[in-house]
Parts: sequence; structure tokens; C-alpha cells
Amino acid sequence: MNPEAGILQPLVVMFSAAFTGNILLAKFLGMCPFLAVSRQVKTALGLGWAVVFVLTGTSVLNWLIYWKVLVPLNLEFLRFIMFIIMIAAFVQFVEMVLERYSPVLYQKLGIFLPLITVNCAILGGSLFMVIRRYTLLNAVAFGFGSGIGWMLAILAMAGIREKLAEERIPRGLRGPGITLIIVGLMALAFIGFTGVLGG
Amino acid sequence: MLATAAGILAVSGIAGGLAALLVLAERIIRNYGECEILINGERTLTAQGGQSLLETLSQQKIFIPSACGGRGTCAYCKLKVLDGGGPLLPTEEPYLDAAERAAGVRLSCQVKVRGPLRIEIPEHLFRVREFAATCASIRDLTHDIKEFRFALRDPARIEYTPGQYLQLFTPSYDGNEEVYRAYSMSSDPADREHVELVIRLVPGGICTTWCFEHLQEGDHVTFNGPYGDFRLSKTEAPMIFVAGGSGMAPIKCILHQMQNEGIAREATYFFGANRADELFYLDEMAAFEKALPGFRFVPVVAHPEAGGAWQGETGLVTDAARRNLPDLAGHEGYLCGSPGLIQAAVRVLTDLGMPEDKIYYDTFG
Repeated sequence: MNPEAGILQPLVVMFSAAFTGNILLAKFLGMCPFLAVSRQVKTALGLGWAVVFVLTGTSVLNWLIYWKVLVPLNLEFLRFIMFIIMIAAFVQFVEMVLERYSPVLYQKLGIFLPLITVNCAILGGSLFMVIRRYTLLNAVAFGFGSGIGWMLAILAMAGIREKLAEERIPRGLRGPGITLIIVGLMALAFIGFTGVLGG
Repeated sequence: MLATAAGILAVSGIAGGLAALLVLAERIIRNYGECEILINGERTLTAQGGQSLLETLSQQKIFIPSACGGRGTCAYCKLKVLDGGGPLLPTEEPYLDAAERAAGVRLSCQVKVRGPLRIEIPEHLFRVREFAATCASIRDLTHDIKEFRFALRDPARIEYTPGQYLQLFTPSYDGNEEVYRAYSMSSDPADREHVELVIRLVPGGICTTWCFEHLQEGDHVTFNGPYGDFRLSKTEAPMIFVAGGSGMAPIKCILHQMQNEGIAREATYFFGANRADELFYLDEMAAFEKALPGFRFVPVVAHPEAGGAWQGETGLVTDAARRNLPDLAGHEGYLCGSPGLIQAAVRVLTDLGMPEDKIYYDTFG
């Protein structure tokens, strides 16, 4: 990744994070909330926005912590614990701000916001950005793109499951069975994007 | 060694810094300052913001009925919030119809005090007080129903309309949260220095378990009240009472009132129990039948023991009512019991011609 690529590069990073490298369907991160909260489009959308917001925010903060604190001190091995602490603090802060200034959104996100603290997609996002040595701008783009990708995936899943709720599904496949099969099919579809940007 | 120390320092430094930032943010963001609440356009009270309207009012000794402890599930704590309540929250939506929303009705347990508020509180709620009392006696009525008698200490007297209820405070025990639970007064309203409650043990119930297993004679308790609109109407219409289990309480209170005030309205009381030994207050009811010429008590046992001595009505209390009652146009119905009993009784009474707006009930069970 060279910084001379200008404005185009963050955009490419963002799109590839959202589609070809979809954090959920290509990397299989953040599966538990994906399976648990994808029954209705409405709640999926709430959780999706929360993930976009937190993933973008923590990417920036963790980038700063990693490159400005841990690397100069030769403490890269502490990145796991630092990232987790950062994510937890950020979520708590966002919760406080929302409660004060946007009570409706706060109520809507409800339990999802604290749940995000332990969503592995968030930690995964921060770790990828470090491994790939993104610049700050690219890290922001990557965080935002990953969040959007995760949201798209859970929205699509919720849409499918809302339709499936009225279908006759063989008894043994109901619930997690059919859901996992759908995830697999969706992942195949997303791999199709590889050719679009990879070429 | 140096790396270990640096690692520990870095982690604790950053974690400590973040914690400090969060504490600071909490101080600044969660600090709503002093908020003025204008009530009914006439009195203003000032309170520290940040809590729910329900909690804030109760700290100012204004008690709004609430049975769920502020969790937004009972919807008893509805108040009109005219200004400053913020947008309607998703947690309130299921409990408010279009007319209530237009009038500014909110669940006061969900509305947070964040700034100046303008609210309306029905006048009768100002009569609600907090009472300190001593448990004077506990008496077994059946295997799972007890009568609790409380002597008031502060204030020493209570005034209420027969049929109303109070909210008994349950302190924390065995790691439970503190809760308030609603119980109707069953005692003679002429005795203003005592109240009696009839409580049925609910398996796993926080308050009833506390009453049955922890509360002792001589213990201090607190409650607030009175609440509720369940009361005798001011007409001369003949009445049908239907109750089951601890639903006896408000009806007994109303019977005391009829005796005290010489109300000679015709009244038939169907009281249901599962077995004959689950009937209670039979002597008291016999005394009422003597004192009130128009009053008839009809105990109904659903499952009398085979070969037992039970001679009276059997089956469901609602079926017994259906068998015994003529056309009920012009009658009034007063019901108290479980939601299932109320539902069944309303169906029977309307079937027999009683208009639905003449049926009054309390669903505390």
C-alpha cells in the first residue's frame, strides 16, 4: 500500500472491505450477533449502524494507540489487550453521549451497544488494519467499509429470514441449520465480487 | 525486566487514562443540573436531573402508582408531560393509544428528567402518602392465603375509599431487588389506625415470599397509598360481586362500608375456591348477611372432595353465577381476582344482559 495513490486508495480500501473482503462473509467474524439478531430487518438495521459507528471510531483510536504508543515503545505484543480496553471504553463513552443527546436512538440500540464490545468483528477490524499497515486515512476507510459490509450482510440475512419465516422448511433444518446454509450461499455470492475489484 | 515494567506501565497508564476520561465524561455528560418541574401549572419543585420522572417525584414524596418498579411493563405510572419530556420512546409505544399520545401522556418511569418539565398529576394522587407501620398480626386464612394486619405509626391515620389499594414496600432479601407490590385493603375503613391485607403466596413471588417467610409480627414496614378507582358507585342499582382467592380483600372492605353507612342495596357475592378448605372469612360473611338485609353470600367450590361435607354450589364461580342469576339488565358488577377470572366473569355478566360499562374490576388477583 503506497501513500502516493492519493484519494483513490482509501476508496478502494473501503469498497474492498465492504464487498470482496467482507468481514462477515469472507472472514467469518462477528457471527454470533449475525445469527442471533437477524430475524427482523428493523433490529438488524439498528445493530448494523451501531457496528458501523463503533468499527469506524475504534479503528481510528486503535490506529493511534498502536502506531503512536505501542510501536515506539516496542510493545506491539500488547495490542490485543490494548485494543479490547479501547473498544470497551469507546462503547461506554458512546453510550453515555447517546443517552444524553439522542434518547430515542439510545433506546433503539438498547442492549446491542454494550454487546458490540465483545463483537469479534470490531477487534478483527483493528487487528487487520495493523497487519496490513494501513495509513490513518486508509484505516478510517477500512473501518467504515467493514462496518458497512457487516451491515449489508446482516440486512440481507434479515430480509431472507423474514421471507423464510413463512416458508415450509424441513423440520431438521429449521433455525440454525437453514441459517448457516444461507450464510454459505451468501458468502459464495460475495466471493463473486473478488473479480470486480481484484482485477 | 525493563520490557515487563514498560508493558505494565503502558497498559495501566492507558487503561487508567481511559477510566479517568470516562469518569470525567460521566460527570459532565450525565450532569443535568437542577431541573424545575412545574406541576399542574401551580406548584414548582426543583430536583437534581438524571433520574426518571417517577423516581424524582417519589423522592419528593409524590407517589405515582407503579407495580413493576419502573421497568416499563405495568403502565400504571402514566402522566401527562406537556413540555420537556423529549420524544416518545420505543419502550412506551406499546402502552399508549393515539388519544393518549396526542394528549402528551407518557410513562413516567421511562421519561428522564433532563431539563425543565411541565407535567400534570391527577389531584387525588396528592392524597397518596408514605406510611410507616408495624405488623400487628399475621393469621392463616387458608394453606396459601394469610391476613396481615398493620398498625400505622407515621402518619397514624389513613383515609381511603373502600376498594382502593396500597403499595407495600419489600426490602431486599436473599439478593432480590427492592420492589413495591399492590394489595387492596380488606379491613373496616372506619378503623383509620389499622389496615389489613389479604395476600396469597405466589410461588417465586418476591413480595409474597417475603411476607410469608420473612415478615414477623412486630416488624416495621412501609407502604404508600391509597390508589385506585375501584369503588362502590353512588347509585341504588342491585349489585353482583364476583371474586376468587385474595380477590376477597376489596369486596370485604366494601361490605364493611355498606354496613357502616347503612347502604341497603341488594347484593349477591359469588366467591370461588378450588376446595372447601380454601374458603375463608365465612363467619364474617355470615355476619354481613345478618347485618345487611339485601346481601347474600354464595361460596362456590370448584373441586369438592369426594364424600366431603360440602353442600353448596360447585364448579367454576362464573358457572355458578350463570346458574343462579336472572336477567342482569340494571345491575352493576364488581369483580376482583385473576385476569382469567375477570375475563370469564365479564363474559358471563354481559351474556346475562349487564352493560359492560356497569362492570367494575381490579385485576390484581
